[in-house]
Amino acid sequence: MSEPLFRLSDLHFAYDSGQPVLSGAHFTLRAGDRVALTGANGVGKTTLLHLMVGLLKAQAGQVEAFGRPRIHEKDFVEVRPRAGLLFQDSDDQLFCPTVSEDIAFGPLNLGKSRAETRMIVQRALASLGLEGFENRVTHKLSGGQRRLVALATVLVMNPEVLLLDEPTNALDAETRERLIQILDGLPQAMIVISHDEDFLTRVTQRRVRLEQGRLMEG
Amino acid sequence: MNTSASSSAMHSLAKVSHPHASVTIYLPLKKGDREGFRASEPLLKTVDARLRLAACGLFALIVVGLTQIPALLTALALAGCAVLAARPELAPTLRCLAALDGFMLFILFFLPFTVPGEMVFSLNGTTASYEGVLQAVEILLKANAVVLMILALLGSLGSVELGHAMARLRLPVKFVQLFLFTVRYIEVLDREYRRLRTAMKARGFRLRCDLHTWRSVGYLFGMLLVRGIERAERILAAMRCRGFQGHFYPMTEAKPVDRRDYAFAGLSVAAACALIVLEYLHS
Repeated sequence: MSEPLFRLSDLHFAYDSGQPVLSGAHFTLRAGDRVALTGANGVGKTTLLHLMVGLLKAQAGQVEAFGRPRIHEKDFVEVRPRAGLLFQDSDDQLFCPTVSEDIAFGPLNLGKSRAETRMIVQRALASLGLEGFENRVTHKLSGGQRRLVALATVLVMNPEVLLLDEPTNALDAETRERLIQILDGLPQAMIVISHDEDFLTRVTQRRVRLEQGRLMEG
Repeated sequence: MNTSASSSAMHSLAKVSHPHASVTIYLPLKKGDREGFRASEPLLKTVDARLRLAACGLFALIVVGLTQIPALLTALALAGCAVLAARPELAPTLRCLAALDGFMLFILFFLPFTVPGEMVFSLNGTTASYEGVLQAVEILLKANAVVLMILALLGSLGSVELGHAMARLRLPVKFVQLFLFTVRYIEVLDREYRRLRTAMKARGFRLRCDLHTWRSVGYLFGMLLVRGIERAERILAAMRCRGFQGHFYPMTEAKPVDRRDYAFAGLSVAAACALIVLEYLHS
């Protein structure tokens, strides 16, 4: 079997003051896995995704990503483009004035040239059916359009893993259906947080439940 | 031979018309649109945004330094001409001026009474000085001239365009980003404020003059601040997820400058020189 993309072993995490969020969480993600991450509100699902890409640091335990243990910030700098995190609120993700600038932000950070980036942006918009959105102003998009553009900003980095934090949250039926079609066509391994049962059965094939700081299969 | 000639002619025609097919449909339409757009649009709006921004900065800088009333009146007249040329919507322009002048009059009202000098008139025993009145008039003229020029030159620019123009003028990246972030998120914060405010109203909250009101409004703004900070942290996190390490790589590129832009630049410099000359002539 191939090397796992992510391996979390015995993760412990608590916010500054308060209850432990994770207490001995184990988890392995392999290529092609599509995992639904479920659990009650506030149980720490988003926290887990943030730990995986190093936005938060675990107090104990190990995060192994793409075959290497990741401990320091500089280890995670390399992880983040390879594990695309889609945030719950697209307003957090889209910060540039126009759609094309926002999509170009990631590739430019990765050192792509402007000409190359322009092509990447065009391709990304076309692949999500967002042609003609280049110069639209991001904060004037509808909620659904914003979510799709946010997904585009993640996909242009060519991630090997997608971490989707409530992707169908506040989407209308049509955009939700479109999102399912798009996700179905993607080759990446995924971890999806959602409370939308129907969405999870259609997009994922493995269930993991976060309960009392531990991850349980099934 | 005849047939081959005609077929080759047809061939070349097809060949020519094929790549042009889309062009002939699109280009004239677009071009016509743009020409029509340009003809009906005030000339000032077609000038490169960078130039307009630079001219505005130059004008403001010079006007702030002027001290002679004739020079200031000329500056105001220039700004007025610029407004006429830009033809902005009347109502918002007047509202903007009224807001400025209302504020200025309130502030400047006390100036004649606080600046020492030759007495002009007295009110309730306090004397107003000639120097004070002069200073008040000076400030009023300066403020109006600068604001009118900003309305004329930058009023028609969208905030995004303005941000891009600032970036292209090589203003500090941090400043430009701060501006663009403000533009981007002011609406999000406003939405958040309205949501909280509506939720308060839904529970029967009304602004009154009591401790409860003050405390609740305090909570409201405190909550906005906390949410603002949390959002800023999430935005930074999202940026780091996309490889942000403290450097921005702007995507924008400048359009070539054309004759109209050169004419505008020349006119701006001439006006600036005229103001400086006027200032020296009268001092």
